[in-house]
Amino acid sequence: MLEIKNVHKSFDAHTEILKGIDLKINKGDVIAILGPSGSGKTTLLRCINYLERADSGTMIFDGEEYDMHAISKSSITRIRKKTAFVFQNYNLFLNKTVLQNVTLGLTSGRKMSRSDAKDAAMDALKRVGMADRIDAFPHQLSGGQQQRVAIARGLAANPEIIYFDEPTSALDPELIGEVLNVMRHLAEEGMTMLVVTHEMGFARNVSNYVLFMDDGKVIEQAPSKEFFSNPREERTRSFISSILKKGES
Amino acid sequence: MSERALQILQDAFPQLVEKFFTVTIPLTLMSFSLALIIAVIVAMIQYAHIKGLSFLCRVYIWIVRCTPLLVQLYLVFYGLPSIGIVLDAYPTAVLVFGINEGAYMAESMRGALEAVPSGQMEAGYCVSMTYLQTMWHVILPQAFRTAFPALSNSLISMVKGTSLASVITVTEMFRQAVVINGRVYESLALYTEVALIYLAFCSVLTLLQRWGEKKLSAYGGTR
Repeated sequence: MLEIKNVHKSFDAHTEILKGIDLKINKGDVIAILGPSGSGKTTLLRCINYLERADSGTMIFDGEEYDMHAISKSSITRIRKKTAFVFQNYNLFLNKTVLQNVTLGLTSGRKMSRSDAKDAAMDALKRVGMADRIDAFPHQLSGGQQQRVAIARGLAANPEIIYFDEPTSALDPELIGEVLNVMRHLAEEGMTMLVVTHEMGFARNVSNYVLFMDDGKVIEQAPSKEFFSNPREERTRSFISSILKKGES
Repeated sequence: MSERALQILQDAFPQLVEKFFTVTIPLTLMSFSLALIIAVIVAMIQYAHIKGLSFLCRVYIWIVRCTPLLVQLYLVFYGLPSIGIVLDAYPTAVLVFGINEGAYMAESMRGALEAVPSGQMEAGYCVSMTYLQTMWHVILPQAFRTAFPALSNSLISMVKGTSLASVITVTEMFRQAVVINGRVYESLALYTEVALIYLAFCSVLTLLQRWGEKKLSAYGGTR
């Protein structure tokens, strides 16, 4: 469904953030991208959704091939209409209510009628358990609730794939569970997801595939079970053990 | 105060109030609308870093902010006719006040636009909205809220500033007072009366500003 090949990205001449990334996603895949901070995980996700422009690389989306550097605005728009993006810090529209946050993209970006948009929004908000707070403004919600609304905002447009950029990293520990629950349900329903995360539990139990990045390169990729039970690379092993140690302390 | 002065004040009051409502306020509203349009456009051009145009906007702000309003009025009304550009007094006043205050308001708007978190625009992109759609529905409303106190300031200062139009023969409230005073010589009483009318109206605007700020804080409390 989505494939990227040989993606490079630098922000200045000396620091190359992505040093040739390949990634293939099939429909229904839930792929976790792990790696230490600064390894380029978030940049990769932002390049895939064109929030950053890659220096070079190829994308194949739904059978169509795009040059990730020279891609046109209209192609970007076409691809974005089939995708959703969930940010680390939610990025809900601060001047809009919960319902408006979900409907705005539908009515203004996708030219859906108001009533259709409202139906789609209510449906999505029910799925994340936020249908009872439709008139609240973002600042009146907890971080976990805001993130669930952000997920609903993505879901409402019925995307083919959802990108998550560290969706639980900005949350208080007691609020992480509710967001992960929503994500687990989506995975069970067959949603295709690409998730940059530090949640080992999610990577191990929910995702079916793990991609481990370090220093702008993919070090190891494997089915989740295999990745955790039998990591092949030394760097992967030390990363996993350092994370597990942190979890114990 | 003498009985004569009281009588003069009483006679002058309806004339002053009439000029206030028929000239001062319309002049303010037209100038402010013009300034607001200029400010939003100039601020958006600078926010979007449109090459060339951004530079022109900076030049505009530089020149307007660094020359006195009074000089600008004289230049347009008394200066431009010598190169064939002749404008009536009233349009001149609207134009000069609008262009002048527009420069200050553009800076308020630009600061407010830049204060909107960059993630808001990205979120718009990610739900398939265009730059302009996100600008209109998300960025500008938030920027207006941030800029609201500064814009209110500009409006209040403009109400009083219109008195300068008197020097290019626009008979707004202050010039009316000057005219009356020319007949009766009661400077202290008359100019105090004028000052009180400005004070009363600007006090109302101040209250409106408070009310507006409360309304606008529906989202985000005292962010």
